[in-house]
Amino acid sequence: MEMPKPDQNVIARRVEIATALQKIVPGEGVIVDEDELRPYESDGLTAYRQLPLIVVLPETTEQVAEVLRYCHANGVKVVPRGAGTSLSGGALPLADGVILGLGKFKKIIEIDYENRCAVVQPGVTNLAITDAVRDLGFYYAPDPSSQIACTIGGNIAENSGGIHSLKYGMTTNNVLGLELVMIDGEIIRIGGKHLDSDGYDLLGLLTGSEGLLGVVTEVTVRILRAPETARALLIGFPSNEAAGACVARVIGSGIIPGGMEMMDRPAIKAAEAFVQAGYPLDVEALLIVELDGPETEVDYLIGEVERIAGENAAVSIRISESEDERVSFWAGRKAAFPAIGRLSPDYYCMDGTIPRGRLPEVLSRMAELSLQYGLRVANVFHAGDGNLHPLILYDANIPGELDSAEAFGSDILRLCVEVGGVLTGEHGVGVEKRDLMSAMFTEDDLKQQQRVKCAFDPSSLLNPGKVFPQLHRCAELGRVHIHKGKNRFPDLPRF
Amino acid sequence: MNTIFKPDNAAQVLDAVAWAVVAETPLEVVGGGSKRAIGRPVNAGHTLDLSALTGITLYEAEELVLSAGPGTSLANIHAVLAEQRQELAFEPPDYGSLLNGEPGAGTIGGAVSANLAGPRRLKVGAARDHFLGFEAVSGRGEAFKSGGRVVKNVTGYDLSKVMAGSWGTLGALTSVTLKVLPMAEKVRTILVLGCDAATGVAAMTKALQMPYEVSGAAWLPDSLAKISNVSYVRGAGAAVAGIRVEGPGPSVEYRCAKLREQLAIFGEIEELHGHNSGTFWREVRDVTPFAQPGDDRIVWKISVPPQIGATAAAALTEMLQSEAYLDWAGGLIWLAFPVENATDGAHEVVRDVIAACGGHATLIRANAALRAKVPVFQPQAAGVQALSRRLKESFDPLGVLNVGRMTVGM
Repeated sequence: MEMPKPDQNVIARRVEIATALQKIVPGEGVIVDEDELRPYESDGLTAYRQLPLIVVLPETTEQVAEVLRYCHANGVKVVPRGAGTSLSGGALPLADGVILGLGKFKKIIEIDYENRCAVVQPGVTNLAITDAVRDLGFYYAPDPSSQIACTIGGNIAENSGGIHSLKYGMTTNNVLGLELVMIDGEIIRIGGKHLDSDGYDLLGLLTGSEGLLGVVTEVTVRILRAPETARALLIGFPSNEAAGACVARVIGSGIIPGGMEMMDRPAIKAAEAFVQAGYPLDVEALLIVELDGPETEVDYLIGEVERIAGENAAVSIRISESEDERVSFWAGRKAAFPAIGRLSPDYYCMDGTIPRGRLPEVLSRMAELSLQYGLRVANVFHAGDGNLHPLILYDANIPGELDSAEAFGSDILRLCVEVGGVLTGEHGVGVEKRDLMSAMFTEDDLKQQQRVKCAFDPSSLLNPGKVFPQLHRCAELGRVHIHKGKNRFPDLPRF
Repeated sequence: MNTIFKPDNAAQVLDAVAWAVVAETPLEVVGGGSKRAIGRPVNAGHTLDLSALTGITLYEAEELVLSAGPGTSLANIHAVLAEQRQELAFEPPDYGSLLNGEPGAGTIGGAVSANLAGPRRLKVGAARDHFLGFEAVSGRGEAFKSGGRVVKNVTGYDLSKVMAGSWGTLGALTSVTLKVLPMAEKVRTILVLGCDAATGVAAMTKALQMPYEVSGAAWLPDSLAKISNVSYVRGAGAAVAGIRVEGPGPSVEYRCAKLREQLAIFGEIEELHGHNSGTFWREVRDVTPFAQPGDDRIVWKISVPPQIGATAAAALTEMLQSEAYLDWAGGLIWLAFPVENATDGAHEVVRDVIAACGGHATLIRANAALRAKVPVFQPQAAGVQALSRRLKESFDPLGVLNVGRMTVGM
């Protein structure tokens, strides 16, 4: 993984830059000491580390605007950062770049139950939004597993999903408005408490743009009334094929569960050993299906799913009879990553999406790759929407094993693309999958995406080195190539 | 002379656009033409007609996904999905009757390009929320794609979002992929009779604040209720708020009972079953109240914060001698006023009222002269406008595709 070559001129001007930033953000908002910079050296993708040039922690939109205006005027790169839980290196610092941390933007500005939305600052955690509206029975639907720590600003950057995104959508389906600061310091507002865009859907474009287009300083999200109740089924299958067929039948019969998660045998064993959730150990695949809604509906659908599971070779079915039992079904799944982590000094979490029907094939080819690389792999899977999380076990202390794990991971993601899926379902491209982008996109596809980047950030100062495998200059991308021989009137049906 | 290019495949679309790039000649991009009368008139020498790019190329019911050529008719897609008891959950409206008296001409490419949505918008989103991926030709004469066929995908920028609602100004679509969803087993509509707009919005808000998964909430004034084809609505002799509940049978019955109980304080309650519900929500969706024979009034579609709906509609109807009804629980105002009142001042009134409360107004029905004169889409703040212009240029630097359809020069 190569990052853009640091600009030594910028590094040489570090003291001058820090002084300028201190004028904008007085007090303790500018961090320059190595010890204090250390916590910012990586995000959730800890295999990559880099000390930033400086960290700046503004407290107001005006300060963010001034910081960006300064950096823009002085050619200093900027890496925006929320809680730093990204699993793809989206917030990985640059040696010649300033980390712009939004951690101090923690205010919930307004809760508007009548318009069913909340206006919050980007540093508010995902779960804090739900906590703030829970009293009246509301919640914020997208629930990434890091929701206790990850911020809504980071969720916008990554278009975060979660186990409920099958039924309730990802971040992009639940955001109504943004305040955004552009790289040149201009503050713009997009959307509000109303639906749909008055022009191009900039809100949709910004969501999932991984901090490359602008810095979000305020977010308006939709809040929903929470379902009356939720119950879950824990279903064991003798094969991945049978579990996959059951998932397809549930959806094919018109049921969209609140959540539908699958674990393979290595993941089940690890989770059970770690939290004793009561998972069956004699099955190849385990499905957790959660139904939510009014009690009558949930009871009815539980019956339907139970019947479908029975018709699809399920060998064990448990149905939660209490809230405690429902939570216990999830305990193993929610602890799956640390549980698998106990089996090995290190693990590498992948995030491809595949058409659900290709699951058995993808799992068996993954098993072959596992043998080939000599590395174990366990799978947890958002079965409803085809989002696969293979966890590759390795030991970073064994020379070459990290490289092997990464090569194995890359092969898995190429496999996902080959069967009609994509490189990343919810973790983002960041630095991690940057060099795989050409497995999914052509040169022209990627150039068009980079031209969009140029419309926001023509000097490429915002989070450079992420998402795109090759950096092109905007002037070069902007040129229109005249295709030879096209000056002839096209030879196609016309009237 | 206006030449109409009618390509049969993506390669021919590329040829046509590449030629236009070289010739620096703008093209008007059209599909079925059912919404051609929305937006600013495009002043292009030639037409790129995508209506021959038809056919469903992929439909996997159990994967909830469908791909098709942009010219594929919505009628065809609805029919194929219905065989598997599935649908496009965003309920693409058919404005045919409203615009030119010819319903049924819409295409999937048009529904996406206009980012349409029906009453279910408040629960499941608009076309943009169901648009998973596409292939297109940019105004540079380059074929490109974005997104994919899976729902969960954050690989690269989500260009599907900007293509949706771009009215053909960024690229000529050659293939679209959408998420499809199961049709509900049962549909019921609770009618609250005799409530004025403010009470109607209060009732709809109350319904949405309860855990009963309301999938439609609209309010019609007395004058529009009485032209409905649903006898209960027509015969109400009063304004009507409708609240839709969909899902498995037992659940719908339970939720309806709860809603009837809770909403009784707002007015007399009636209940529509499946067939009448279907008719009622189609009327709301397709703007049937303003599509009666002989109705040539100016029609605006106005998106506002839902709580503002009633007061904004009241202010506008009083100032412009207009009629209005509400969808999206108050968040969508459909407004009609007589052509003779369509002075410059009238349009400024609409813009001013909306600017004051946050939201946007789109001129949906007006003659070409008026659409050339009055901004059809809500004028944007300078910064957003400049950004949108740069975005347009990134896809179409020479202004080859549908230039001027949304705003002057874009």
